[in-house]
Amino acid sequence: MKRARLFGRGRVRRLPQAWRRPLAVVGTVVALAWIVVALAAPLLAPHDPLAQELPRLAPPGPGHWLGTDQLGRDILSRIMYGARVSIPLTLLLVALSVVVGGLLGACAGYFGRWVGETIMRLADLVFAFPTVILAMVVAAALGASLGNAVLAVLVVAWPAYARVTRGLVLGVREREFVLSGRLLGFSAWRSLRVDVLPNVTGPILVLATLDIGTALLLLSGLSFLGLGAKPPSPEWGAMVAAGVDVFDSWWVATFPGLAILTVVLAFNFLGDTLRDALDPRTAGAIKERAL
Amino acid sequence: MRSPLARFLVRRIVTALLLTVGITLITFVLTNLVPGDPVAANLGQRAVGDPAIVAQWRADHGLDRPLPQQYLMHLEGLLHGDLGTSQQSHRPVLDDLAESVPATLELAGAAILVSLVLGVGFGVVAALRRDRLSDHVLRVLSLVGISVPTFWLALVAFYVFFFRLQITPGSGRIDPGMTPPPQVTGLYTVDALLSGRWDVLSSAVGHLAAPALVLALYTIGLLTRFTRSAVLEVLGQDYVRAARAKGLPGRVVLFRYVLRPALVPVITVAGLAFGSLLSGTVLVEAVFAWPGVGQYAYKSATTLDLPAVMGVGLVVGVVYLVINLVVDVLYGVIDPRVRVS
Repeated sequence: MKRARLFGRGRVRRLPQAWRRPLAVVGTVVALAWIVVALAAPLLAPHDPLAQELPRLAPPGPGHWLGTDQLGRDILSRIMYGARVSIPLTLLLVALSVVVGGLLGACAGYFGRWVGETIMRLADLVFAFPTVILAMVVAAALGASLGNAVLAVLVVAWPAYARVTRGLVLGVREREFVLSGRLLGFSAWRSLRVDVLPNVTGPILVLATLDIGTALLLLSGLSFLGLGAKPPSPEWGAMVAAGVDVFDSWWVATFPGLAILTVVLAFNFLGDTLRDALDPRTAGAIKERAL
Repeated sequence: MRSPLARFLVRRIVTALLLTVGITLITFVLTNLVPGDPVAANLGQRAVGDPAIVAQWRADHGLDRPLPQQYLMHLEGLLHGDLGTSQQSHRPVLDDLAESVPATLELAGAAILVSLVLGVGFGVVAALRRDRLSDHVLRVLSLVGISVPTFWLALVAFYVFFFRLQITPGSGRIDPGMTPPPQVTGLYTVDALLSGRWDVLSSAVGHLAAPALVLALYTIGLLTRFTRSAVLEVLGQDYVRAARAKGLPGRVVLFRYVLRPALVPVITVAGLAFGSLLSGTVLVEAVFAWPGVGQYAYKSATTLDLPAVMGVGLVVGVVYLVINLVVDVLYGVIDPRVRVS
């Protein structure tokens, strides 16, 4: 009860309790640790990630704690530098999806009619494909590169945001404070920006947090298939792919894969916590979309 | 057309048909974006130097016509079952796909079965034991399930179970040297069962187990999470409390009052999960050398084999569409509220 008085009513009061749960703590610590590794990779990494200066395919041991790959590069250093490739690109990708999908969804919900219909039918079309298949076809069509892989994942990721935003905007559009703004003569753009969007950002934030893991999985999956990062880039998916050829040297693929797993898991823990902290009704809606 | 069910069915089928046309348009537009020149990919360096040969090749394949006309030609071909000729295998794409579809259906079918049994089971247990240790353990495990990179897990499973422990057989659908069962369905496990080839059946099941389990892990996590929240929602309903209050045994309340309504939406999620399984096959088949659509898709995408990429996109898109149509219709038949929404 004391906490309730301290933090006021509604969401703010529930947030700290949710954030004290073990999953939230683990998620926050792991995500922050990876961000630190990405920022401080040049200081932390024991070797140059591209230097071929160590014995080839050496198992984990002193001097190369996670072993070396077939070109004699230190895997630990490559994973650390890989964080500077995979994490910022994934965050950029999700931010782009939120902006593109959110704007299109908001327009679809606010303006309705043919604008809404066109946007939502386009979204339906993307949903008609299994994600990896469409991303793979798009990446193959654009040409194999990390930038094109990001574009390919963007193509499959925006509709989820468009759908959720449209649904939320439809709910808010008819509320009194939006209608009164319009009656006062505000333009559609101003009303959308000032009255509608701030009221739909919470659930979209949850979806975005949950989506960071999915986006990283897709992006590294495309690199694994040879449609993303090109050698010698220390991208994690491409590093796992390099391990396919040297099966008995288990460390080549295992550690980069663990890096992907821990980042995805951390953001999924965070997304779950955020969802629990927000309104359970909107959480239900998001869960369906996120599937 | 007064019946809401008939109207619902017609609406769903018309939408599916429109989406099918959309899928053909998307795959066509995408494959025309390809920066690589298909002429160079097919004719080789010497022939590309001869303008007459290049012009002849382009005319033969309709590449000299305007794009809308090329699309109409493509549609006409599709209606006659012509998906083009693979530039790598030099065989009709339809024949290539016909060979690889059963392998993928067998893998995805096995994975969805495992996912439904384990995912729904775990979800029900987690909901019934809410906030106890088993609920927390299942919650973390399901989160791990949806967070594991499938391609990495496939490699680890292959390494541990085949290379180290030698519990599972290696890549492929059956042991090398073994003749496949006479083809009826194309699914080796079913065909072996039908023809009484027990040795083939055991080999096929052995080969299927590891890739199917790897593929299923993501959908098990997904279904566990969804089932848990669906069951929890029903458990909080007044009629469940009333059933308990009038003294019905727990088993009756669970099966008759809770699971029936809670598991209806799981049908929809299972349909969506099938999409992620089809996606996963690309990554899993590449590792296990499973001769299915996923491996074919991967090979054709990396070699810029336009008709093959188009064919895979189309076939997988349409299969997914049909599955979702069936799911929608099933859901509409089971739950009347859906028809009017």
